[in-house]
Amino acid sequence: MTIAEPTENIPSGDNRLLGDDVKMREIGRLERFLGPDNYRILKGLVKTPASRVGFLLVFIFAMVAIFAPLIIPPVPPNSPSKIPRDGYKNDPQPPGSPWKRQVPEIPFWYKTLTGKEEWVHLMGTSEGSYDIFYGVIWGTRTAFTTGLVVTIATFIIGVIYGSVSAYYGGIVDNIMMRILDVLMILPSTLAALIFAAVLTPKIGKSVMPVMLALIAFGWMGYARIIRGDILSIKERDYIMAAKVSGVKNSRILFKHIIPNAIFPTLVLASLGIGDVVLSFAALSFLGIGTETGYADWGQLLSFARNWISSLGTYWYIVVYPGMTLVLYVMGWNLIGDAMRDVLDPRMRGKS
Amino acid sequence: MTTYIIRRLLLVPILLLGVTFLIFGMMQLLSPVERTALYLKDFPKNDKAIEGLIKRYGFDQPVYVQYWNWLMGVKNPNTGEREGGILHGDFGYSRSSSMPVGDLIKRRFPNTVDLALWAMLPMISIGIWLGVQAAVHQNSWIDQGLRIFSIVGTSFPTFVFGLLVLMVFYAKLQWLPPGRLSGWASAVVDSPQWRTYINILTIDSLLNGRFDIFWDALRHMLLPVLTLSYINWAGFLRVTRSSMLETLRQDYVVTARAKGLAERDVVFGHARPNALLPVITMAGFSIVGLLGGVVITESVFSYPGIGSAAARAAVSLDIVTMLGFAIFNGLILIVANLIVDIVYAFIDPRVRLS
Repeated sequence: MTIAEPTENIPSGDNRLLGDDVKMREIGRLERFLGPDNYRILKGLVKTPASRVGFLLVFIFAMVAIFAPLIIPPVPPNSPSKIPRDGYKNDPQPPGSPWKRQVPEIPFWYKTLTGKEEWVHLMGTSEGSYDIFYGVIWGTRTAFTTGLVVTIATFIIGVIYGSVSAYYGGIVDNIMMRILDVLMILPSTLAALIFAAVLTPKIGKSVMPVMLALIAFGWMGYARIIRGDILSIKERDYIMAAKVSGVKNSRILFKHIIPNAIFPTLVLASLGIGDVVLSFAALSFLGIGTETGYADWGQLLSFARNWISSLGTYWYIVVYPGMTLVLYVMGWNLIGDAMRDVLDPRMRGKS
Repeated sequence: MTTYIIRRLLLVPILLLGVTFLIFGMMQLLSPVERTALYLKDFPKNDKAIEGLIKRYGFDQPVYVQYWNWLMGVKNPNTGEREGGILHGDFGYSRSSSMPVGDLIKRRFPNTVDLALWAMLPMISIGIWLGVQAAVHQNSWIDQGLRIFSIVGTSFPTFVFGLLVLMVFYAKLQWLPPGRLSGWASAVVDSPQWRTYINILTIDSLLNGRFDIFWDALRHMLLPVLTLSYINWAGFLRVTRSSMLETLRQDYVVTARAKGLAERDVVFGHARPNALLPVITMAGFSIVGLLGGVVITESVFSYPGIGSAAARAAVSLDIVTMLGFAIFNGLILIVANLIVDIVYAFIDPRVRLS
């Protein structure tokens, strides 16, 4: 399908738009499906080199998460999310030291890439003889699951809350927004910390308390954004038309308004995964959340807290998990940075 | 202006009420027995004792009565007067620090203020300077370099950055230690000769005329200050840059250029003061955030502020302390936000007229 600038109704004598000057532009399937605004956002996202690096990083991490069992297989009696322990020695062991107890099977790539017959601790072991390489690889899964679950949950809550508030407006909106203000007073790390601490004795030490806490104090941003978008869409003619023809409120909201207003929030939410993983790692670093030995980057880093004065020797207990976390968050941030430029209202209408 | 301030002031009690509801609500997730345990300093002798305590603190009463008790204190059956209650500054007893939460806050908060005062300066001034540089040299290599710098900055989790600087400056080079004071210095501070003025160490040490202690305290703060600055520069850079770019496109800047002003005067005399308006709000909120205790930074550097105390309380599931901190924090943040908003309305008339 092609569209052309309209040729009728042009005053005679003004032939700037006639003939060869008329620009014809192909409209792809995707553009027709998403609509021009959303298509522009998507195009802006894959355009810059920075965002491409971001997509590449996230893609690599996704592959690592999916193929984790092929990279380093779990050691049978343990659940896969448990880092195997090579004995109970407290001191960290340097990279390349031999792996004696709880040794995983040799994966297909190992001998060719390392040239060794037996497993060694590729990135060393951390406090308590936990293997860092295993933690880094399987921690990717933890990062994606926590990131996805928390983001999806906060997104749904935020969208419902924000759209109800915006659609009903007036006093409802006012009250709901004040509640939001209250929830946003406490810094999110502190609020999540408190809530996770209250929940931990109830549901036990696992990823759950921290995830619930991050959900409880993470949805407010989305509610604000979608509220703003809905307030502008609410006034459009087609909503008036639906109202006049007697469509139910809830149907207008869910069938007509939200689908048209949701895209920017959706994109922002998809990029919030990096932030969620950051907060999760931070809480886990402080010692809230997963049980000892769970494959998650924050906890691997928290082991380093007891060795601060000897980090000069034990650099690998910080550098490997730390850099993994940084690269993961950076991947999402690079995409997010491109996103901010595309979504910035001042940039709209300029290509 | 007056109406704006009044409108803004009216919001304060609502927010305060909201915060107390929120924190009280979190507490309600615990059963009466668990909540009783929070008030105990020692283990109870038997089950009867617990029941007695539940009765005494009114945990078997309707929620609104409990809320009132929590705010105003519980009636003492003998005297009939209310005792404790957060409105009387009684936040409960901190198990993790073995002292009342109020005392803990009193002891830790000056340290947090000290750190905030020192972190503020480099954080804001350098952040703004970088942002102006990026805007003035838009799309040049300086701008691109700063863009990468800021993306790396936002991607670095505070604790990873903190651990890395500790690794380099403490473990390897032995220059800058974590903690608050060296052993000899804290001996001096604890000695009877030391006079406490406002409890903020760097200021007190100057008032005492002890420059060696001033330097020691500062030395311990340099790494947290560096960490906080680096993490926050990215935000200041981005906001300043975009605001500056927008201002540089305004007509009055074009006029200034057209009448032949030097580029220096155009940028720093005409554009920058106006471009800094949104940055001021951001700076205000950052300072407020610093005062609220930077949980992770303080924990990484074992800096004894309220943030690290909150983290320790959370790890040992000391909920009374956590909630005490939350109330205190909420209070600071509400008041500080109010001040930021009013100051901002003074600076930018558009706010109060809208």
